[in-house]
Amino acid sequence: MAPSAPSINSTMSSRMATPRPSSYRNKFEKRGMTYNIMLVGQSGLGRRTFLNTLCEREVIPPSEAPNPDSANVADPMKFDTYEVPLEEEGTRVSLTVIDTPGFGDGLDNTSCFKQLQDYIEAQFDEVLVEESRVKRNRKYRDHRIHVLIYFIAPTGHSLRELDIELIRRLGEYVNIIPVIGRADSLTVDELATFKQNVMRDIEYYKLPVYNFCWDESDSEALKENRDIMDFIPFSVVTCDEVLDNEYGSVRVRRYPWGTIEIDDESQCDFALLRYIMLNSHIADLINYTEDVLYENYRTKKLEVGGFGEPEAEDGDEETSHTTDSKKPE
Amino acid sequence: MAAPSNESQDYVGFDTITQQMERKFLKRGFNLNIILVGESGMGKSTLVNSIFASHLVDSMGRRTAQEVIRKTTEITPVTQTLDENGVRVRLTVIDTPGFGDQCNNERCWDPVIRYIKDQHAAYLERELKPQRDRVINDTRVHACLYFLNPGSRGLRPLDVEVLKRLTEVTNVIPVIAKSDSMTVEERTVFKRHVKEEMSFHRIAVYPYPSEEDDEEDRMLNSSIKDLVPFAVVGSEEIIDVNGTPVRGRRHGWGVINIFDETHSDFVHLRNFLLRTHLSDLIEVTSQRHYEQFRTSQLRQIKEIRAQQAAAAAAGGSMPGHQMQPAAAQVPTGPLPQQPMAQV
Repeated sequence: MAPSAPSINSTMSSRMATPRPSSYRNKFEKRGMTYNIMLVGQSGLGRRTFLNTLCEREVIPPSEAPNPDSANVADPMKFDTYEVPLEEEGTRVSLTVIDTPGFGDGLDNTSCFKQLQDYIEAQFDEVLVEESRVKRNRKYRDHRIHVLIYFIAPTGHSLRELDIELIRRLGEYVNIIPVIGRADSLTVDELATFKQNVMRDIEYYKLPVYNFCWDESDSEALKENRDIMDFIPFSVVTCDEVLDNEYGSVRVRRYPWGTIEIDDESQCDFALLRYIMLNSHIADLINYTEDVLYENYRTKKLEVGGFGEPEAEDGDEETSHTTDSKKPE
Repeated sequence: MAAPSNESQDYVGFDTITQQMERKFLKRGFNLNIILVGESGMGKSTLVNSIFASHLVDSMGRRTAQEVIRKTTEITPVTQTLDENGVRVRLTVIDTPGFGDQCNNERCWDPVIRYIKDQHAAYLERELKPQRDRVINDTRVHACLYFLNPGSRGLRPLDVEVLKRLTEVTNVIPVIAKSDSMTVEERTVFKRHVKEEMSFHRIAVYPYPSEEDDEEDRMLNSSIKDLVPFAVVGSEEIIDVNGTPVRGRRHGWGVINIFDETHSDFVHLRNFLLRTHLSDLIEVTSQRHYEQFRTSQLRQIKEIRAQQAAAAAAGGSMPGHQMQPAAAQVPTGPLPQQPMAQV
């Protein structure tokens, strides 16, 4: 089949309506949209390579060869932050990616969920505090996670306990998009069956993955979003090499039995996912995080009470802000 | 046996023992017990079915939402009798569903180690009986295929913990069963890391060097050691490639032929397991792993009896007291009256 040049305007994405204009886009034209992505998954599922392929440059350098003496010890989970300024179709995106190496790699991984939850909540808390200030910081940077890409292992069976627990525990704090890492180990049929099984698990366990159809106001977008939901979980294969041929440069992964083209949508969902993440759905993901996830968190936090206001800077005792907050104890 | 008339008078004929043994062997058949250890979805059942070219075991992975997620490692032995050219093998494949599948995998290897030791213990018990069977049914585990995760940098902490323990009780052969998502270079790098890590952590996988090895054995073993861990691809499907039936996997970008040596180490693994080292695997299980187990068990019994004798001499315990097992695997059953031959 004819190789296709790497392009954001892949066949599926070109069928989609152009990204809906939103006030966010106009507002951030000059400054660049603040957009925070978190990558979570066991090592070996292609998380780091995914980021590099997504940003079309080497954001995370390849890690050094592992020391044999550390093979028996799992590194504790870390949060590695990478700033990647991007420009997508004329819009500047100030992208921050948080990688979480160490997740799920130890013998006992039950503490990973709490760590992730604490991290995400900490970003919410920062905004909560900032919002409540009398004098707000004009240059304040929002660190709330707008989307969490979760890598599932290509077992071909169903979700594992680790997967179910992660989505269940974090779905109320962040938009979770499940993807299948190393999807090239599955044949076409196996992939279809696997996706079906995963979707059944998601329904059965009522797992809160990101619902693309949350905004029902735009009926045309709704139809597109329903089509997108059919692809979940997105199959991802990441790029090793770039080949030059008569069509331009092609991102590939080479095997003795054939070469897979990363951007070919008939072979994996990478191009579609990239388009969703960096183009068509940025506004939706940010909106949902700010208007729904954060607001729910805020309400819960303030209802519980005890969330103190920062010391008033000019010594005033009264502070004027929204009526929902209680006075500090 | 008829002697040809022109037979040399110096020919004695004891070299026919190999044929005599073969006839006995053919009549009796033999047992082969293989345990599969690895997380679900690593391709365990497909690989075993590919090696023996028949559907022996079903995959135990959870495929429907209603199935409950396993909380512990289960041990599921399945025995079948296979026949090839008159040679019968009673093949038992032991799968370990649930291994490594939980959020917390501490000690998920316990049921596996326990099973392997129990087989040694059962054999020892039967061996120690005053009236024992002429041929004891051998359920001891002859080989353990340990499945590594493709894509990891090398061994994971779970792998190190389990391999250390497994290699002490059985012959371990590490494999990467779903290696079709690794490029050739990734496989080479992965194998190198794994070998370094195994060497560092003193994990001794099969085959073991032996003084009996001649030059040919040494060369063969050395080429095997180079390949470890075997990067294989398994398949139960026959695919049509331009009219030729191929056992393999069809991807959108090419067809993998599991018998093609440039695609996977499958042929090498199969030959190693069944065509060159089969009898050695069985023998080494008996002579090395079983013997180690037996020695440690009998030493324990000796110590316990010595303690009891000392206590009896001091007037403490009842005479003729039945020995209580100190460890779980001490054989129960009547012990011989004579003190055990010193081990």
